[in-house]
Amino acid sequence: MAEPAAFVPPRGPAFWRNPRVRAVAFQVVALVLVLWFFWTIFDNTMTNMESRGITTGFGFLDNTAGFGILFSLIPYDETNTYGRTFIVGLLNTLLVSGLGILFATIIGFILGVARLSPNWLIAKMALVYIEITRNIPLLLQIFFWYFAVLRTLPGPRQSLEFPLGSFLNNRGLYAPAPLVEPSFWAVVLTFFAAIAGAVALLRWAKKRQDATGQRFPAWPVSLAMVVGLPLALFWIIGAPVLWDMPELKGFNFKGGMRLIPEFIALWLALTLYTAAFIGEIVRSGIQAVSHGQTEASQALGLKRGQTLRLIVIPQALRVIIPPLTSQYLNLTKNSSLATAIGYPDLVSVFMGTTLNQTGQAVEIVAMTMAVYMTISLSISLFMNLYNRAVALKER
Amino acid sequence: MKRIASALVAGVATIGLTATAAVADETLDAVKERGELVCGVSTGLPGFSNPDEDGNWTGIDVDVCRAVAAAVLGDADAVKFIPLTAKERFTALQSGEIDVLSRNTTWTLTRDSSLGLNFTGTNYYDGQGFLVKKDLGVSSATELDGASVCIQSGTTTELNLADYFRFQGMEYSPVVFDTSDQTVQGFASGRCDVLTSDQSQLYALRTKLDDPDSAMVLPEVISKEPLGPVVRQGDDQWFNIVKWSLFAQINAEELGVTSDNIEEMKGSDNPSIKRLVGTEGDMGEKLGLTADWAANIIAQVGNYGEMFERNVGEDTPLQISRGLNALWTDGGIQYAPPIR
Repeated sequence: MAEPAAFVPPRGPAFWRNPRVRAVAFQVVALVLVLWFFWTIFDNTMTNMESRGITTGFGFLDNTAGFGILFSLIPYDETNTYGRTFIVGLLNTLLVSGLGILFATIIGFILGVARLSPNWLIAKMALVYIEITRNIPLLLQIFFWYFAVLRTLPGPRQSLEFPLGSFLNNRGLYAPAPLVEPSFWAVVLTFFAAIAGAVALLRWAKKRQDATGQRFPAWPVSLAMVVGLPLALFWIIGAPVLWDMPELKGFNFKGGMRLIPEFIALWLALTLYTAAFIGEIVRSGIQAVSHGQTEASQALGLKRGQTLRLIVIPQALRVIIPPLTSQYLNLTKNSSLATAIGYPDLVSVFMGTTLNQTGQAVEIVAMTMAVYMTISLSISLFMNLYNRAVALKER
Repeated sequence: MKRIASALVAGVATIGLTATAAVADETLDAVKERGELVCGVSTGLPGFSNPDEDGNWTGIDVDVCRAVAAAVLGDADAVKFIPLTAKERFTALQSGEIDVLSRNTTWTLTRDSSLGLNFTGTNYYDGQGFLVKKDLGVSSATELDGASVCIQSGTTTELNLADYFRFQGMEYSPVVFDTSDQTVQGFASGRCDVLTSDQSQLYALRTKLDDPDSAMVLPEVISKEPLGPVVRQGDDQWFNIVKWSLFAQINAEELGVTSDNIEEMKGSDNPSIKRLVGTEGDMGEKLGLTADWAANIIAQVGNYGEMFERNVGEDTPLQISRGLNALWTDGGIQYAPPIR
């Protein structure tokens, strides 16, 4: 074998003077230091807890919990495990956050548009509402709804009676619960099929309008489809639903569906508080669209509603989405205030009772933090994807 | 607010647990150096630990802390009280934020074994009961099927309640609050039909109602609740001091030594009394304290009987009779090992 060609590279500076080598080296050193720092904390914690005889590890999740929970979306009783209390708490958190986000968004958009209404009364009412709600601490608002409003309702035996067999008292809102027979699922299936059909119809109508300029009343037709078809089937197969009516038995109502006052108070407070912020975000988003756009669309002969729907809102969304994401994250994290009024959310059930019964603070606090981080990152990811979809496409 | 407090305690706990380990035998020195005992109590439970009109803490749990301070520092007033919710109490003790936890805390196997804590004794034998409004027309806990029950979060009561209703085949819905004040509010406003807690607490909480006579405690006692002070594991000297402070009070009652006659008792010929008040033997020294440790407790706080009568006894609003908490010589089960 021949020796490789004697290539003598040009003598550059020594490797420690190479800026790229240096940059990498410093980053490696920094990373090692950070890792060492966290490892020390972790190791110290484990050693100290062991030396103090504090039980560690996640084995407790399989132990029987032995305590009751007021409200659960999945079947739960005292014989279930601590792991299940985690799920129960998590679902309760997701429920109140999800419903809170949905309604805060709807009310927020209405508020934002109302703020800009040419009608003096509507605009001022929206302004007053926003200024009052967003300037009072959320915790006080939760207390207001819980203690000042819902607690003053009469007891079960003097319940306020509503139509259709519903009752309202200081134990919550009771309504008849549907008990469905198997054939009812056909109705549900029809409903989803109708939605799919409506989507297809809308797409077809838009395509046709783009191609030929002819319009088709797609919205009324699809609405009729989505509502009408399942209803028609429902009656044809003979209304296969029985109603479980709430009835006063002993001290409380039994049967039916029930919304507990803790949930109502928390949900109302979170929704109304966050809606005020979203209202302002929507207003700023709409105002960020130059007035020339509105004038141009009017010059094209679009109606007011069309201008708002086709021209202003799509452009406003670009401005609205990023701060809206922050509000969604805030609402989710604020839902942990549930513990102040005893709504069994993740913090109240898992970081409260479970932590106290097991004493495993480090594991439970870490798990709870991880959950909130996961929820927040998921919302963030989803909203970022949506943001990318509505962002201005510069071509 | 409570949420912030819990978060703080949890945070402090994490930091405390991550600090370098050096637990053994340091509490006594730390307390002496500080000149003050830091004691965890409840957020307000009449008779046990509750601030009076002037902001001074009073109650039988508070007196346990004062007794330890008298024994260690010779001054029963050298105590700083930290009010804690049931949820925060163990973390506060584990992390070293407090020296003693004296907060009507039930002694159970799980707490003794897995929390890194030691219970030092029982200053009040209690049992769980139910408080109901009289107009509910209920006379026994077995009629509570379907009731809404107000309860304090993080207590043994929460578990006993579940056991009891399950065993009786009854349904209930638990309404869980952080502090006992909130549970009383929930009960008073009608959010719940029943308030459940240790019986002594029910009598105490009943006095907080607008009309205490509108509510009654049901006769059933559904659990054993030995309440006592708690210290951290791993500091045996401190464990002994807290344990024997209470024993000294119980022994003093048995021997008839009170805060009024302590001075004359110092001249007593009874060897048991002499060892108690420190005129004979080196009992204080063995604990790492001065010879007059028990004499200080009795002079400044009183014996167990005085402590009981002053805070929860027949002449207080709570009107609790000694019952189980009478000395063993009087038909109760309060019994202390001998000082010798």
